[in-house]
Amino acid sequence: MATSSDPAAVGPAEAVTPEVTPGGDPWARRSFLAPLRRVPNSVFAWALILPAMVILLGFSVVPMITTVWASLQEPGIGDSIGPANYERMINDPVFRQSLRNNLVFSLVTVPVSLAIAMLMAVLVDREIRARGFLRMALFTPAMLPVIAAAAIFLAFYQPNFGLINVIAQSIGVPRQNWLGDPSTVLPSLMVVMIWKEAGFFMLFYLAGLQTISPELNEASTLEGTGRWTHFRRVTFPLLMPTTLFTSIVGVANSFKQVDFIFVMTQGGPNNASNLLLYNIYLQAFPNRNPDYAAAMTVVLVSILVALAVIQIRMFDRRIHYR
Amino acid sequence: MSQTVRTRRRVIGRSAAALGATALLLAACNGDAGDDPLADATADDPIEITMYYPIAVGGPLEDVVDGLIAGFEDENPQINVTPVYSGNYDDTAVQATTALSAGEPPATTVLLSTEMFALIDEDIIVPFDDLVITDEDEAWLDSFYDEFMANSRDDEGNTWGIPFQRSTIVQYYNKEAFEQAGLDPERAPETWEELVEIATAVQEGSDVSWGVQMPSSGFPYWLFQTFTTQMGVEVVSAAGNEVYFDKPEVIEALEFWYSLSDEHGVHPPHVVDWGTTPEDFLQQEVGIIWTTTGNLSRIRSDATFDFGVAPMPSNVQPGSPTGGGNFYIFADAPEAEQRAAFELIRYLTQPEQAAEWSIETGYVAPTPEAWETEAMQEYVADFPEAEVARDQLENTVRELSTYQRGSVYDLINDALQSALTGEVTPEEALLQANESINDLLAPYR
Repeated sequence: MATSSDPAAVGPAEAVTPEVTPGGDPWARRSFLAPLRRVPNSVFAWALILPAMVILLGFSVVPMITTVWASLQEPGIGDSIGPANYERMINDPVFRQSLRNNLVFSLVTVPVSLAIAMLMAVLVDREIRARGFLRMALFTPAMLPVIAAAAIFLAFYQPNFGLINVIAQSIGVPRQNWLGDPSTVLPSLMVVMIWKEAGFFMLFYLAGLQTISPELNEASTLEGTGRWTHFRRVTFPLLMPTTLFTSIVGVANSFKQVDFIFVMTQGGPNNASNLLLYNIYLQAFPNRNPDYAAAMTVVLVSILVALAVIQIRMFDRRIHYR
Repeated sequence: MSQTVRTRRRVIGRSAAALGATALLLAACNGDAGDDPLADATADDPIEITMYYPIAVGGPLEDVVDGLIAGFEDENPQINVTPVYSGNYDDTAVQATTALSAGEPPATTVLLSTEMFALIDEDIIVPFDDLVITDEDEAWLDSFYDEFMANSRDDEGNTWGIPFQRSTIVQYYNKEAFEQAGLDPERAPETWEELVEIATAVQEGSDVSWGVQMPSSGFPYWLFQTFTTQMGVEVVSAAGNEVYFDKPEVIEALEFWYSLSDEHGVHPPHVVDWGTTPEDFLQQEVGIIWTTTGNLSRIRSDATFDFGVAPMPSNVQPGSPTGGGNFYIFADAPEAEQRAAFELIRYLTQPEQAAEWSIETGYVAPTPEAWETEAMQEYVADFPEAEVARDQLENTVRELSTYQRGSVYDLINDALQSALTGEVTPEEALLQANESINDLLAPYR
C-alpha cells in the first residue's frame, strides 16, 4: 500500500501495530481510515466543529448581524444607513406603551410566579398523601400549549357567560369586562402567565429541594427550629441558585411568550395589552415594516441581556453555592 | 402611474428575486411567439402553479377546496394546481410574502380585499387586465357585483383582485327572546331609534343580559363602517390615499355606538371580543349581534333556538361595508403561471363553483349568475336567511382600504377602542386619528 511505504505519511496513531488493535479486521480498518491520518490535527478539529459551526452561524450569528444591519436601514429608496428606525421608536407612543406594559408585566409575573412555585414545591416535597397526583396537577398548566391555555382563559374572562363573571354574579359582585377594559386587561393576562409559569418553575424548585441534604432537616428538628425559620434560614438560601436560574428564564419568558395575546386581546383595547414582542410581530408582518421591527428586536434583546446581567450580579453576592 | 409601477416592478423583480425574474424573462420570450403563454403546456407536461388560501370561518373547507381544484384540473389537464391551506389571513400574507422573498412566489393567493393598495405599493401583484386575452376574459372581469369590485379596482379602473370569499355585516337576532319580550319576532330593528327601543325591550323583557352587541376587538374599524355607512358617508377615497374620519357624520356615528353602552346601557361596556360574540349569541346572552355573514353556517348549525337574520338598520340610509378575501396574481410568477392562475380563478368564480363555495361557507357568492344556479335556488328556498346579505349588497360600501394599511388600521382601531372604553371622547379620538392617517398617506396623494 502506498501509505505504509511512505514513512513521512505515518501519523501518531500508526504507532499502534495492527496486531494489537482490538476487534475487527485491522487491515480493512487501517486502509479505510489511513487517508484521514494525513490530515493535520488542527484541520481535523475544525472539520469536527464545522457542522455545529454552520448551524450556529447560520441560525444565530448571521441572523443577529442581518437584524442589526436591517435595523439601520433608512426608510425610503436607496441604501443609506442611519438611526432613523431608532429615532422613530423614541417618538412612537405604541412602542413606548408596549415597553411599559412589558416591564410592568415582567416585574409582576416573575416574582409572583417564583414565589408561588417555591411555595408549591415546598408543599409537595413533603411526605403527604397523593403527592404524585398533586405534583402532576400543579405541573399540568405548564404542559398545556399556550394557545390552549389562552383559549380556556378567554372563555373564563368572557363578560357574559364566562366562568369568572358567573361566579362573581352569584356572590353579588358586579360583572366585569375583563379583557375589554383597559384597566383590567393587563392584570388579567398576568394571571394567565403566572398560572402557566408557576407550575413550570415548581419543577425546578422540586429538583433544587432534592439537592438539600436531609441532615439539615434533622438538625433543625433537633434544635427545635420552627418550620418558618427553617425555611427562611435553610431552604430559601439553599434554593438561591435555582431562583437565579428560574428568574432569568422567567424574565426571558415574560418577554418571549406572547402567543396568548393573539388569542385573547390582539393587544387591545387601545394597546393596553400590547407587549413588546407582539408589537414587533405587528410591525414585521401585518404592517410590513421589517426594518423597524428589526430595530425593536435589537432593543428587546439588549433589554434581556441587560436584565440577565443585573440579575446575575445582584444574586451572585447572596448565593450559597456548594 | 401604472406605467411607472410596472417599470419599477421589473427592476425590483430582477434585483430581489433573480430566479423569478429569469423565469419571467424566459416566459416572456415564449409569450412573444403566440398570444397564449399557456400554448406550450400539455397534459403530459403541465404548468405547475401554487395557490395559497386562508380559511377564516369554521368547517371542513379544505375538502371543498380540493374538490373544486380537482374539477378544474379535469377540465384543464395542462395545468396542475397545488392548493396550500395557510392558516388565517395574516398567516397567509406572511407565507406568501416569505415565499416571494425566497424567489418562489405562488402564482395566486387569496388575501384580504383590503390588502390591494399595500400590494400595489410593494409591486407584488399584477392587474388582471394585463392577462386578458379574449373578449370572454374581459366580460368575466365585469361579471361581478360592483359593490365587491369597489375593493378590487383602483381609481383608474385597473382590476387587481377578484372577489372570492366576500361578506357583509348583518344582524342576527334571537326570535325567542323577542317573543318573550313581547316584540314581533319577524321584525328586526330597521332604524337607530328602533335599535335602541328593541334592544332595551329585549334586555328588560327576556333572559338575555344585553340587548345588542357589536364586537370591537381586532378590527373595530370594520364594524364602525356600518355606523358611518348608515350615516350616509364614506370614510375613505377610491384611490386609498385619503380618509375622512373628521366628518361630523363620522363623529356622530361613533358617538351613537358609544351611547349604546354609555347612555342607553343596552350594549356591554368597553371592548367586546370579535371571536366570542357568536358564542354570546348562541348562549342567549345577547338579543341582537352584528357580525359577518361568514358566521351564518356556524350559527345555523349551533343555535338551539329560533333566530332571524336581517339587513342592517338605517339612520340616514341602511348599509354595511363589504369584507373578505380576493384572489391576487403575483407579479414575480412567470407569465405562463400567471395566465394559468387566471384560468383557475375564472373557473372558481363560475356560477356553479361560486354557488358551491357560498353554500359551504356562508360567504356571499360574488356574481348575480351564481344566485341563479339550481343549487343556490334550492339552498335559499330552504334557508332564506342566506339571501339577506345579497339583498343588502346594494347598500354596501368599500371596506376601508388604503396604502400603509397596517399602520392606518392601528391608528383608527386604537382611536375607536380608546373612545369605546371612554378614555377620550369620540370627537377627540377621531380627529386625532384622521390627522395622523392623512399625514401618513400624504406621499400617496
